[in-house]
This record gives sequence, structure tokens and C-alpha cells, in this order.
Amino acid sequence: MKLNDEEQDILAGKAGPLPREALRHQIKVGEFFGAAGFVAVTQAHIMADTESLGEAGVRWLEGLAATSEGQRKVRVPTITDPRGTDFAHAHLLGQTSAMLDLERRTIAAFETLGVAMTNTCINYQTIQAPTRNEHTAFGDTGVVIYANSVCGARSNFEGGPSALSAGLTGRTPRYGFHLPEMRRGSLRIQVDHTPTTLNGWGALGGVIGRLAGNYWAVPVIEGIEGAARSDQLKHFGASMASFGSIALYHIVGLTPEAAKLSDIAASDLPLHRVTKADVEALQKSYHTDTEVDVVVFSAPQLSLYELGDLAALCDGRTFSVPLLAVTSPQVKPDCDRMGYTARIESAGGHVLSGMCFYQSYAREISEARGWKRLATNSAKLVNILGGYGYRPMLASMETCVDAAVSGKMVRT
Amino acid sequence: MSGKLFKARHAMGPVVRGPALVANDGFSARYDLDRIKGIFSRPAHKLAGKSYVGKILVLDTAKGGVATAWMLHEMKSRGIVPLALVFNSVNPILAQGAALGDVAMLAGFDEDITASVPDGAEVEVNPQEKWLRLV
Repeated sequence: MKLNDEEQDILAGKAGPLPREALRHQIKVGEFFGAAGFVAVTQAHIMADTESLGEAGVRWLEGLAATSEGQRKVRVPTITDPRGTDFAHAHLLGQTSAMLDLERRTIAAFETLGVAMTNTCINYQTIQAPTRNEHTAFGDTGVVIYANSVCGARSNFEGGPSALSAGLTGRTPRYGFHLPEMRRGSLRIQVDHTPTTLNGWGALGGVIGRLAGNYWAVPVIEGIEGAARSDQLKHFGASMASFGSIALYHIVGLTPEAAKLSDIAASDLPLHRVTKADVEALQKSYHTDTEVDVVVFSAPQLSLYELGDLAALCDGRTFSVPLLAVTSPQVKPDCDRMGYTARIESAGGHVLSGMCFYQSYAREISEARGWKRLATNSAKLVNILGGYGYRPMLASMETCVDAAVSGKMVRT
Repeated sequence: MSGKLFKARHAMGPVVRGPALVANDGFSARYDLDRIKGIFSRPAHKLAGKSYVGKILVLDTAKGGVATAWMLHEMKSRGIVPLALVFNSVNPILAQGAALGDVAMLAGFDEDITASVPDGAEVEVNPQEKWLRLV
């Protein structure tokens, strides 16, 4: 990789040991993908739940944080993805003191490094959405695909170590979706209907993700009617990224780089048709049981609008199985202030913040609480939880709330 | 030293040799593995129930999220880690995780590598010279 004067100084240790080690890591990755050089980034977002980090990862972070004062701060705004717990609800999740200790140590290390503990996977709704052509180093696949596709920003998937490296150096290797030529469509998707529910948007994203198949594919979608809402595209993208490892899509006539098809795709791209039946088939593949142990709304964290909808569905109801709604620390105070939390809790539900269900020791939660049959409206969540030993079920928010009341999944 | 050799376009990590565990399927440490038992745990995965520890994983592509970037490092600290990752294509997360965990990785072949390497075959992975060889 070609390094400018500043990067050569960083590599020589003139900016301290942390930027030097961070740049070395970035060079390894950049050379692997054939990057010619670096690009400056304006912000970084770190995924670092302690289930992923483990003791080894936490020690690694603590080692970085032990660097001398004055040489250990990130140099661009650097924020965090959800943590592995909501300390106020750890008992509800059956989490152990060892898990919480790891979380506290991780938070202390990040704060020493100057990282802002925002603990959110919807920073594009709650912190600051990136602008078109803004180069960023975002972690969390749902954040990256939304930033790239809906905002027109430029980011690759940056895992925790690489996002932190970007925070410490203020740059990232220029490859993948930082390059205009990599952002052009690689396959066309013609859909025959526009979903109306969040689980429907998620299921459509899942079908497209499976079709596209790998990180470097860029689906160009035609046939979506009207202007999709942010929450709909949140579920759509998060699911597509989860099922297919996709980081960028275009919707012709809707997303900023695709005013018309010819802006981002050659006319002879392979064309795939996705029907309403395809989307329903994916949803039915998660109709795995009729009994429900727990209902979870998470992945991504809920917006204030989603929580308002959920509160309305909870009015006058009494839950027979636990219902968890997970949001960000930025949204939770408004959820409280608007009375949504009280309405959800009146029915027997819980509103958690700063975590995400699958990033919070999901396997251990299942074993501690006996939760196997899990209902949710998140296509991303059902895709993930199979490997954690759950029997995840995908349904609308309304059907999931009904299931929390009866303990049974009744589909219409 | 005369086994068939497959050249890769992308490579990093140490030279290793061991048994191949092969499937035409995707990979995510979070989605697919029981990292305590060291087995593939996702029921729908073609390697479900099989141990990945000490194996050279030969798979199609990376799936899912960003957690693998940490998890390879964590698995290596406990000795419950694949010996190498060999994929038709990878995403940045796998490369970032391999870089942090110092795990051998190859990606980008002219042929479908999952159809070219027999399951259980002894193979050598040489990232410095960017090749995999059937021993």
C-alpha cells in the first residue's frame, strides 16, 4: 500500500504505539484486498459485545488502554454498538456476575481510549446519519448497509478491531465500497409487491440476501412502490446483510445513487424475480412451533415509532410469557417520557436499552431461562438464533404480542 | 511434494498443514458455531455437528455479521480454532479476524475450491506463496 507522509510517521511510531499498531493491522487487511492506499474517515462505530470478545478480547483492549496518558485517544468520533447487557435487566436475562464484570472492564477500557459508549446499532436514527459520499468505518452490518444504501455513505464492514483501528488512525484502507466502481449493481432484482409490515420487509431482505449470496454483490431492486420508511429499510437492510453478508443495495427511484437504473447498473445484468410467494415461503420456514416461551423485539434496536406501535398493542393486555423490547440508550428516555415504557410494562413486558438480544449471551440466556421457542418480528434475529439453539419464529408485531398473551403462536 | 496445487488471489497468515473439512456452504462464527464445544451448531449448516478444531475449513463464502472479527481471536486464545480458513470469497470481517487472530487464510480461486478439495484430505496452506496443496 502507498502511504503518505502522515501515515509513514504513524508507522514509524511518531504518533505513539497505538496508532502504529492500528495502522499495521489496517495494512494487513488492506494488502489482503489489494488496497492502493488509505482514505480518511469522519467517524467510526465499534461492535464489541463481550460474548464476542471473551476474556482474550477484553484483555487485548485493556492492554491498549494501559498505554500512556496522551497517547491512547481515538482521533475521530468513535462510538459503540450495543453492549452485551442492560445492567438494570441482567437478572431478567439470567446473566452471571462474570458476564457483567467483563462488560464493566470493556466499558472502562473503551472510555480510557476516548470511545463514546453510545451502545446503539441504529446510530443512523439516533446519533448522526452520515451524508452522501462520507467515508466512515462502521461496524454492525445493519449500520453499514443502511449508511451505504440509504444515506449514500461509504463504508465496508469494519469488525471491532478494525473500527477501533480506524478511530485511532483516522483512516481506513481504500477498497471495497469506498471505491465508486465497486458500488455499481451486480444483479437486478424485480419484486412484484411492496411489503407493509416490518417482518415482511425483513423477509424480503432475507430472500434478496440469499439470492445475492456474498459481500461483493450489489443488488439493484426494482418494483418497490412509494417511499419506504426508515424503520422499514432498517429491517430490510439488516436482514439482507444477515442472510447474505450484503453491504450495499440500490432501490431504483428511491435510494440516492439510483435515480434511474442506468445510473448504477448495466442493462444486461442477470435479472431475478422475487415474488410475494418467495417472501411468504421464507416466513413460513420459521413457523416452527405453536408454543412460545418468550417474545423478543430486537435486532435492530427499536425506534421511538416502533415502541409507540408496541405500546398501543399492549394496552389492556396481560402477558403470560415474557416480552422484551430492546432499544437504544438514546431512545429509552423518550420511550419513558412518552409513557410507552409504562404501557408496555403494565401488560407485563420489559423495555431494555443499550444491548441487543443476540449480542447478549443468547445461548446462556436460553439455558438459564429455559427459553427455546422465541417469537419475533425480526428476520435478522431468526436467522441468527438457530445456531444458538433456539426455535425462532417470525411473525408480525401484532401476532407476536398476541403470542405473549396466550403463549401460543396463532397465524392467520 | 507432487500434490495438486491451487493458487489463491488473497492470502495472509502462517503456513499450516492439516485435514480439510469441506462443504459448499457459508460461514459465520456467531451464526454457525458452538464455540464452547468447537462444533458447527447451526442445524441447517452442511457441517452441523462436526468439529472444526484443528481443521482447515474449506467453504464457499462469509455470511452474516461482524462478530467473527473478534471471535477468531477469542477461539485461538482457548485453542478451539480452525487451523486455516480457505474460501471461494471472503468478506472484510473474516480478513480482519484472521489478521487479529493470526489465522491462516486463502481466498479467491479460479475453480470452486469446495469442489476441488476432498473432505478429509490432508492439505498444506501456504499464505506466503498464496497456494493450497493436496498432500
